[in-house]
Amino acid sequence: MAPAVWLVWRLLTDQLGANPIEEVLHRLGDVSLVFLLVTLSVTPLRGITGWNEVIKIRRPLGLFGFFYLTMHFLTYAVLDQTLDFEFIIEDVLERPYITIGFTAWVLLIPLAVTSTKGWIRRLGKRWKKLHRLAYLATTLGAAHFYWQVKADTYWPTLAILLIVGLMVYRIRGNRGRSWPQVLQSRKH
Amino acid sequence: MLIGKSKKIPSSEITPENVYINRREFIGKSAAIGASTSLGWRSSDFGGLRERRFFQKDWSKVRSELDEELTPFGDVTSYNNFYEFGTGKSDPARNSHSLKPRPWTIEVGGLCDNPGTYDLADFIKPGKIEDRVYRMRCVEAWSMVIPWQGFSLKDVIDRAKPSGSVRFVEFQTLNDVEQMPGQRYGVLRWPYIEGLRLDEAQHPLTMLVTGVYGTTLPNQNGAPIRLIVPWKYGFKGIKSIVSMRFLEQMPMNTWKRSASQEYGFYANVNPDVPHPRWSQARERRIGEFRRRPTLMFNGYADEVASLYSGMDLRIHY
Repeated sequence: MAPAVWLVWRLLTDQLGANPIEEVLHRLGDVSLVFLLVTLSVTPLRGITGWNEVIKIRRPLGLFGFFYLTMHFLTYAVLDQTLDFEFIIEDVLERPYITIGFTAWVLLIPLAVTSTKGWIRRLGKRWKKLHRLAYLATTLGAAHFYWQVKADTYWPTLAILLIVGLMVYRIRGNRGRSWPQVLQSRKH
Repeated sequence: MLIGKSKKIPSSEITPENVYINRREFIGKSAAIGASTSLGWRSSDFGGLRERRFFQKDWSKVRSELDEELTPFGDVTSYNNFYEFGTGKSDPARNSHSLKPRPWTIEVGGLCDNPGTYDLADFIKPGKIEDRVYRMRCVEAWSMVIPWQGFSLKDVIDRAKPSGSVRFVEFQTLNDVEQMPGQRYGVLRWPYIEGLRLDEAQHPLTMLVTGVYGTTLPNQNGAPIRLIVPWKYGFKGIKSIVSMRFLEQMPMNTWKRSASQEYGFYANVNPDVPHPRWSQARERRIGEFRRRPTLMFNGYADEVASLYSGMDLRIHY
């Protein structure tokens, strides 16, 4: 919750600058993308380090990502666009970077809903498949970030590279095995 | 004065005496208020109205010709796009202390009868300095209302006497990574370049600015001299100008070079022509909550629309 506390603190102490709505909007977007990236990094981290406990924080991290993304969307709709649905709908339909950002949020709704123990049991193997959508949503989020900056693409590029790295790791089928095991198996 | 005769000009000669004195007053007052402020919506505007009385005039009574309130001094000087000092809005205010706006020379060249390199004070000599309140509309869909001090660009064009074949004027910003640390990064191609058609440059609204709110132009706003073309998006208003050239061909301006499908040469404020990624129909006036409709040519259509008669503004964006 630290990022939320930090934003509220800056609001109360007048430190959000000349365009506070834009500042809140952008920082919430940043924070949600960071949470989603860290969430996706958990499984590879476990694979590489063999540190199994880390998996326990994957769900809360993902839910925080969803929470901040929801706040990001609400800031856009309520504060930035003052709920002028005519403009919001036009943005979502006609501005590709908003379309993909909105899609990312919509994709994460079923993941947040099915994050409970009950749903994990009920969905069984399909749960894992469904939750691979997190990759798609995070990729769309990073693309949304890349697409909305004017010229300084440093941070969005970094986010995209990280996602590509994580995907390469997962696709190579190293799931569940630590690096020593992987290297071992290659020798044979 | 041409090159060679570089006599050092005391800054009191460049800045009108009254402004100079008021700047000291501002420094004193802002320190006092800075120490006492803690309440209010934003500390940057010190409660909004009070700070507008800093400089000689009671700025709280000043309005634009459309009866709009001025954007507070604190916002005008803390929320800037000036990539030479970083790409964040607060970077220029934080980083631009490394810029040395005095002494400053400006080169006038290209096709004209009177080329030369001028010291700043000599460059602005033909200009009749006056107060002008203009709307500033950024291509990012935010806007301000700002009381500038400066003079018509035409005053210095007339002295240079451009040749008959000249159709464009090109401007360049200082290119010095020591003074402008953001130039270390290839976010844009340096130096920053902008241009105007000659008739746009000679238009009475087009202005070279040396001050804001009655004080010397702060570094983050483009010290010591910048361009303001109020009916165009803010990026046309090139800052910290070191050269001005008269050309027959249309110059390639920096943002057009960076992304020509998004930023054109003309960059006239136009609510009906969206940026490829976002709408230009509305804008957030800094300090206001709800977005307001954007006006054609930023509200200066009566004065400038005739410059573009017969042109398709969707093509010439």
